[in-house]
Amino acid sequence: MEISWDLVINAIVTGVVLGGFYASVAIGVTIAFGMLDIVNIAHPAFMIVGAYLAFLGWDQFGFDPFVSIAVFAPCGYVFGRAFYRAYHFFFERRGDESLQGLAFFFGILFIVEIGVVLVFGVDYRSLSEPYLESTIGIGFVSVPWRMLVPFLVGLVMLGCINLYLTRTFTGRTILAVSQDVEALRLIGANPIRANEIAFGIAVATAIIAGVLLIIIQPVEPSITREYIGRAFAICVLGGIASIPGTLVAALILGVAEALTTTFYGPSWSPAVSFGLLLLTLIFRPAGIFGR
Amino acid sequence: MTANILEASGITKRFDGFAALTNVDFVLSKGERVGLIGPNGSGKSTLVNCLTGILAPDEGSISFDAYEITKTPAWLRAKRGLARTYQIPRPFRGMSVRENVEVPLRFAVGHTSARTITEAALVILEQVGLVAKAELSPKGLTQVELRKLELGRALAAQPKVLIADEVMAGLSESEVDEILELLNRLNAEGISIMLIEHIMRAVMLFSQRIIVIVAGCKIADGLPNDVMKQDEVERAYLGE
Amino acid sequence: MLIFATMIFGAHINEYYYLATYTILQFVVLGTAWNILGGYGGYVNFGTAGFFAIGCYTTIVLNKIFPMPLFFEMLVAAVTAGLVGLGTGYLTLRLRGVFFSIATLALAIVLQTLIVNWSFVGGARGVYVIRPAISGMFISYVQFLVVLMIGLATFSVFVAWTVEKSWIGIGLAAIRDDEAAAETSGVPSLRLKLIATTMSGAIMGMAGAPFPFYVTYVDPATAFGLAIAVNSIAMPLVGGTAAWWGPVVGAILLGSAQQILTVTISSAANLFIVGILLVVFLTVAPRGVVGIARSLKQRRR
Repeated sequence: MEISWDLVINAIVTGVVLGGFYASVAIGVTIAFGMLDIVNIAHPAFMIVGAYLAFLGWDQFGFDPFVSIAVFAPCGYVFGRAFYRAYHFFFERRGDESLQGLAFFFGILFIVEIGVVLVFGVDYRSLSEPYLESTIGIGFVSVPWRMLVPFLVGLVMLGCINLYLTRTFTGRTILAVSQDVEALRLIGANPIRANEIAFGIAVATAIIAGVLLIIIQPVEPSITREYIGRAFAICVLGGIASIPGTLVAALILGVAEALTTTFYGPSWSPAVSFGLLLLTLIFRPAGIFGR
Repeated sequence: MTANILEASGITKRFDGFAALTNVDFVLSKGERVGLIGPNGSGKSTLVNCLTGILAPDEGSISFDAYEITKTPAWLRAKRGLARTYQIPRPFRGMSVRENVEVPLRFAVGHTSARTITEAALVILEQVGLVAKAELSPKGLTQVELRKLELGRALAAQPKVLIADEVMAGLSESEVDEILELLNRLNAEGISIMLIEHIMRAVMLFSQRIIVIVAGCKIADGLPNDVMKQDEVERAYLGE
Repeated sequence: MLIFATMIFGAHINEYYYLATYTILQFVVLGTAWNILGGYGGYVNFGTAGFFAIGCYTTIVLNKIFPMPLFFEMLVAAVTAGLVGLGTGYLTLRLRGVFFSIATLALAIVLQTLIVNWSFVGGARGVYVIRPAISGMFISYVQFLVVLMIGLATFSVFVAWTVEKSWIGIGLAAIRDDEAAAETSGVPSLRLKLIATTMSGAIMGMAGAPFPFYVTYVDPATAFGLAIAVNSIAMPLVGGTAAWWGPVVGAILLGSAQQILTVTISSAANLFIVGILLVVFLTVAPRGVVGIARSLKQRRR
């Protein structure tokens, strides 16, 4: 098969840019699952809510997506904290294993996805701003701003979160909890507040990722499921609780998907993320940067 | 010569670069009572986990009753007669006390008749003093009773070796004596016992030999009085 | 006995009730199968739709290459799905339960993508299946299917009941409560989990095998549909996972509710309500109807 290098390089660049966006999706899972041990498979549901909120903001109030981020991300944070308190009260406190918790998040995922269908219908929704319409071209490689913006925001987000977790007191408490939950539990310390904040952040990132999503492409409710695979594949491949790992894994996934789509067509792309997830779980469940 | 019922040599276990155990050797002879002491975090529980098969050591070998068990899965070691209790009691919460004890009877010992199993379970519960609570859920048990349940479950496996991991932690003096008496009785019946404890009184009373582990290494192994006089032991492990 | 009842009154019943009954029975089977691993063992399978679809597509493939009576197709489906269950289990059950669950989700989607790209079975467009002619004592093929489902439902409940009372069930319960403690008590956890996964998968495959003949048109979106995935988890959880009759109660309750709602409101709305019920029950009554019944019985003592 003749390989057109133009095509390959374009695919790789697209993949990298997409990867930056995927990292923004996955970081919430890295925090919730990797650090807090909460299997939040409903994370993509929160993301899709963010996307539709951005759409509403744009459609009804003329919000620029960045305005939407500024408005809705804090809401997501607050909601995330409240949600964690409820989850902790009903599930974590019971000490029972993950059966109920997993099913719970599955239920939430389901409710949100169908809820969105009921409110917005199954048609594609999108938004558009003039500055998003142009494309940057370098040589034969061209990247639309639509994709570049989420890539950049994604990187910034990861950077900020990494700083927060390593430089602030609360952030470091969260990291400490995540690294040795058992020890902390034995000593009797129960840092609910740190967990609460972390989960709030995770949901906020989901909202932001949702806004970025609708910048990149039109959305419709069933996209949610694709992103479960992507988010968890990235999280696991990257080493579950590692932020640099998340970024690297996201880039790998982005490129893998872009190459697959270019050469085999888009109908294979869900298999890339879920297949990668399966392979990682089977062969190297600790991921790249994991223990 | 007393046969060695449990032998471990060169056990090394690392977690992510941190060496929890380094080159630990020890033996347990048939019918012996050995105490294992060491500061918190010194690797005692890791050693127990390696011995029972919950963790796989990075280096080293373990043999039990002439079987080489380094690669044997945990459940098979239990079947062969290596039983343990857990530091923090881990009862099967969905079952009654009696049903908890029936699990090892069914799986480790291999009884098949429901009546035999129930009868044997009640006998065990009698031995540990929990018969009155046989039909209750573990959620209704006190700390001492939970510890007794742990012992009961370990006993039900008809063990040749019993590893009691901090089974007396947090108990009152009389409760400690109760457990000690039970352990002595079991030893008299032929079970080799490894007692891991922080309560020095109990360890000194009970053990024929004491092993000391500090920071993942064995630093002493001998008669209780001799070991306790050693400088390193005094330095590293500040009594009760 | 149910079978005789159906046969005798069959001629007089509106075809719609047959369809509704079939669906509910199908969920009894799926829920019961799910519960063997999920309720008894504590390992959540998100990929029920995948195993169900294996059953569907086994029938479709066999029909195209080598037609045989449905009964045999079901057996082949059982073996195929069982093997997939065994394989998945073998590869992922050594990890934490959470990873197993995620793996089942991934498996379902990977299977779906494979089917979507396989034109032999119709790809994304789906495939039509013709119901064979009916012989003997059955009035219509649909009636035959319902009877078949009654048989399968009875079989799966029987299997669940047997497992529950047997050493497998007790071992699984120990594993669910505390896997490490179970191991050190002599329970061969990997072995038991694999048995449960294989059985569960096989029965799910059997439930899927007659489906193509029931709907006559199968496409990946339906076979792998969300309705199957959610219901197979919601029904056992609402009904109660601790006993064999929990999934049955759940299937009847939720299944009937959905049939009524689909007719009166819309199918999206009815799934929405299933989701809400699942979450509500998990939060408020995590032991399901079985749990409620048991605590009522205890209080009466």
